[in-house]
Amino acid sequence: MSATPYDEMHAGDGQVREHYKTFASWLSRIPSERVARKRAEADTLFHRVGITFAVYGEEAGTERLIPFDIVPRIIPAGEWKHLAAGLKQRVRALNAFINDIYHSQEILQAGRIPAEQVLCNGQYRPEMQGIDVPGSIYAHIAGVDVVRAGAGEFYVLEDNLRVPSGVSYMLEDRRMMMRLFPELFALHSVAPVEHYPDLLLENLRSVAPTGVNDPTVVLLTPGAYNSAYFEHAFLAQQMGVELVEGQDLFVDDEFVYMRTTQGPQRVDVIYRRIDDDFLDPLVFRPDSMLGIPGLLAAYRAGHVTVANAIGTGVADDKSIYPYVPEMVRFYLGEEPLLSNVPTYVLRRKQDLAYTLAHLGELVVKEVHGAGGYGMLIGPAASRAELDAFRQRILRSPERYIAQPTLALSACPTFVESGIAPRHIDLRPFVLSGREVTLVPGGLTRVALREGSLVVNSSQGGGTKDTWVLER
Amino acid sequence: MLSRTADHLYWMARYTERAENLARMLDVNCRMSLLPQGAEVLEQGWIATLTIIGLMDAFRQRYDSVTSSNVIAFMAFDRDNPLSIYSCLRAARENARAVRGTLTSEIWETLNATWLEMREASQRPSTDAEVGNFFEWVKYRSHVARGVIQGTMLCDEAWHFTWLGTYLERADSTARILDVKYHLLLPHGEQAGGAADYYQWSALLHSVSAFEIYRRVYRDLITPRRVAELLVLRDDMPRSLRRCMSQVYAHLQAVRNSQSSETERRAGELQASLHFGRIESVFEMGLHEYLVRFLGQVRGLGDRVSRDFLVSATD
Repeated sequence: MSATPYDEMHAGDGQVREHYKTFASWLSRIPSERVARKRAEADTLFHRVGITFAVYGEEAGTERLIPFDIVPRIIPAGEWKHLAAGLKQRVRALNAFINDIYHSQEILQAGRIPAEQVLCNGQYRPEMQGIDVPGSIYAHIAGVDVVRAGAGEFYVLEDNLRVPSGVSYMLEDRRMMMRLFPELFALHSVAPVEHYPDLLLENLRSVAPTGVNDPTVVLLTPGAYNSAYFEHAFLAQQMGVELVEGQDLFVDDEFVYMRTTQGPQRVDVIYRRIDDDFLDPLVFRPDSMLGIPGLLAAYRAGHVTVANAIGTGVADDKSIYPYVPEMVRFYLGEEPLLSNVPTYVLRRKQDLAYTLAHLGELVVKEVHGAGGYGMLIGPAASRAELDAFRQRILRSPERYIAQPTLALSACPTFVESGIAPRHIDLRPFVLSGREVTLVPGGLTRVALREGSLVVNSSQGGGTKDTWVLER
Repeated sequence: MLSRTADHLYWMARYTERAENLARMLDVNCRMSLLPQGAEVLEQGWIATLTIIGLMDAFRQRYDSVTSSNVIAFMAFDRDNPLSIYSCLRAARENARAVRGTLTSEIWETLNATWLEMREASQRPSTDAEVGNFFEWVKYRSHVARGVIQGTMLCDEAWHFTWLGTYLERADSTARILDVKYHLLLPHGEQAGGAADYYQWSALLHSVSAFEIYRRVYRDLITPRRVAELLVLRDDMPRSLRRCMSQVYAHLQAVRNSQSSETERRAGELQASLHFGRIESVFEMGLHEYLVRFLGQVRGLGDRVSRDFLVSATD
């Protein structure tokens, strides 16, 4: 880790960067009592509305508030333009890759990716082989995690193509910021994000099965005890679609219906927030109580669209991630605009040897892990932790990848001792349907502990409002 | 709307109404226990109440003697008794929680607060006076719940299913409360009369908030025939069978679907028989027999509502 990470607000000489100048001068004028009062107000409001999430592994039913920081993360117009173009490019390539993998597998035949990496991957779904999906779109919603190391230096950390969450916090953080400090929005021209639910609905409608003119869209949730239930209910309400559980849907003659008081009603598009494994007990996990028996048959018959498609996980697996730049070149014939983080794949002998020799400098991640569980941050680990992890790697090296610890950029953040820089990342949400769109912004997560690089909300991370300036 | 959503709303309303009516039934017996009377008469009152709710056997398995404190512990606070006030308020809140997104935040907060207070109340022992206050509180929270539904909810399908649940439950409860009297009078017959009888009838009127209404409507002595007329046939009496059934019929018409015509017909038929009925024919048939038949019809309607709207038959 470099000693001085890139500071989003201040240049090396301590000068405030151009795009933060207005904010910094506002912050210097505002009395500290008012800031304290507003921060307390934000806490109360988040509690009252019930914007909480459940934490796995803690006492049952624990609900926690995700800390909200009032210093926004500001992205100048030029940087966003580059970032947005890079994100769209990447997601287009990923969709092309998934479509290829489930059809003619040209990229494997061309030898650009080792076939066994893909076909023996647990996330590859043979059930999807040869099936055409509307518009050849698989990842309708992608939550791409981006970090900045230096000026103009953005890296993609993860692509999150299965059921990415967090967009409700992007929207609620903006709502909160406008409520607490309306004057700031008069001083800046901040690009709006509030139309995300409209874009999402439009996107979902655009991928309805062919021949359906006025598609019925539903949001499928695992239920009230899921950690992201608040977001499911929120998005369904904002889009004006039914929030359904598996038991509300059934399949008859390869069509999907929901049980309504007016009898069965055809469902055309399912925005599902349930993992592949639980979707259809007839095909996947037979013990799943969350899914709909027969859904895959209806899907294969082309009578319903599932978003994201079944089997997208094959493209956001950490062992496939190193090949994404290659996908951009192969399918689009373009050079990638956004970089990957250099990645050591530990199933390769020389990568394994390098990693074991440099364990103290690297971040090691489980290939199938998510949410920051099961990872090692070398520079922050004790000798004992390093040794324990070394044993785990040696037992099954194919389960791990390693990356250099990036000097994640930092953004000034309210902490106990005042305002201090804390590491951040960014998750913009890229929508793919008839076209590829994204709202200017995303969810900025912040690691609240000093020096920490882990921004996951399940590991004590907080969030910030993200401003893309229009000029 | 989703059948599951309608189902939760319907049962949210039924359980809220049921808790209130249980409080009313228990309250009237507590009041009667203050009258000078033998322990045997008092015990009969409780037995009649438990019988009419259908929990006499369940009670006997748990308790040796039929005393006020045992019955109240069982019917008000027992969390293992699925028909106790405690269990009803919990069920109302759980149903509301499952459809939070459909309810206004005021409705959710009201039912949630009721449940939280109920849980607290169940943890402290209560004296006779406090039990009276507790029943008043249950009724009050039910009034608040109805008011907040009336005052904040969009009058759409969800609203109709909520009221359908409320009025079906109330029809059932009023018929049961009236039938308790039959069990009490059984040894004496209809002509019993006397001071004790007067107090029993007036306690019954109190339990359905109808004592003052009776005085206003009849300006005369309390007679069994008129009490029955008030609670069965009066359209302007908010808890009468006729009033409940005309509401049930109206809300059923508003949510009708392709398979609900027979349910609607039966509700309409029952409503018409109350509309055009005379109290003389009720007594010719026998009040108890009449009420038993009515309870069967209401139960049948409830089953049909579930089948037609709440759980889809298509699988």
